[in-house]
Amino acid sequence: MALTTLGIIRLRNLFSVVILSTIYSFLMATLLLIFDAVDVALTEAAVGAGISTVLMLTVLYYTKVNEEKPKFKSILPLIICLTIGGLLIYGTYGLPPFGASDTPIHTHISVQYLERSMSETGVPNVVTSVLASYRGFDTLGEVIVVFTAAIGVLSILKRDKI
Amino acid sequence: MRLDLLLRISSKIFLPFIILFAFYVQFHGDFGPGGGFQAGVIFAAGIILYTIIFGIKKAQKDFPETIFNYMVPLGVLIFTVTGLISLSKGFNFLDYDALAHYPKHGQHIGIIAIELGVFVTVIGSMVSIFYAFVARGKK
Repeated sequence: MALTTLGIIRLRNLFSVVILSTIYSFLMATLLLIFDAVDVALTEAAVGAGISTVLMLTVLYYTKVNEEKPKFKSILPLIICLTIGGLLIYGTYGLPPFGASDTPIHTHISVQYLERSMSETGVPNVVTSVLASYRGFDTLGEVIVVFTAAIGVLSILKRDKI
Repeated sequence: MRLDLLLRISSKIFLPFIILFAFYVQFHGDFGPGGGFQAGVIFAAGIILYTIIFGIKKAQKDFPETIFNYMVPLGVLIFTVTGLISLSKGFNFLDYDALAHYPKHGQHIGIIAIELGVFVTVIGSMVSIFYAFVARGKK
């Protein structure tokens, strides 16, 4: 994954960048699968590797394939990125060790969900019961986000037809 | 045109399975991984594959664009109406216990209904955006 990321940064040919980001998405999906997050892995494989690659290639069809040389030095952005990245990595030292079972997120609401999901909703997949039932309102919000995004993109792309 | 024979035949064989898998992910979402969003994206990917292989004209003839444009708000409508039905029966908004006499049945119906809403909106937006992109043509 680190290699693909470096490749994405170094390469100037946008076609290879798109293909590399597809590979990155597939690796990410595999990683999520290893973490037992099958729902997210499925989404990553379908959206990240499938649809967004197709959309990116469509965009490349309308623009140039090779990226132009940058017009300005990138020292200041590099410093800002390194500083913020360093601070975030420093912040991870405050987190509990990876996979620890006595952390707050595993002792409060997750346990409730895991215990009560089956008896309250009768749905074996806890992810679905949390998404659709306990957090139904959030999911409604997400659908409205998709709806708004689609309306926005469509009104930009089709503005000369109206 | 004849050179892509292999692609066209193999995509014709694959397409029903992609659509079938989308419906499997959709309706099996409460037992296994998946749900409306994933299923919608897989379904949309099937239609996008069809468009890539057979060209935008044939795709828009077989799967008319207006259907997908209407699907975008339709899904939100299905989701919201499910919430409003439970509201009208004196329960909270999106409380599916109201949808059947037995709470677990209600939960089941409610989850399937809102997953359907998500499914419809996601297919609609993905395919509409893709069609709109492709139909622009090179300038």
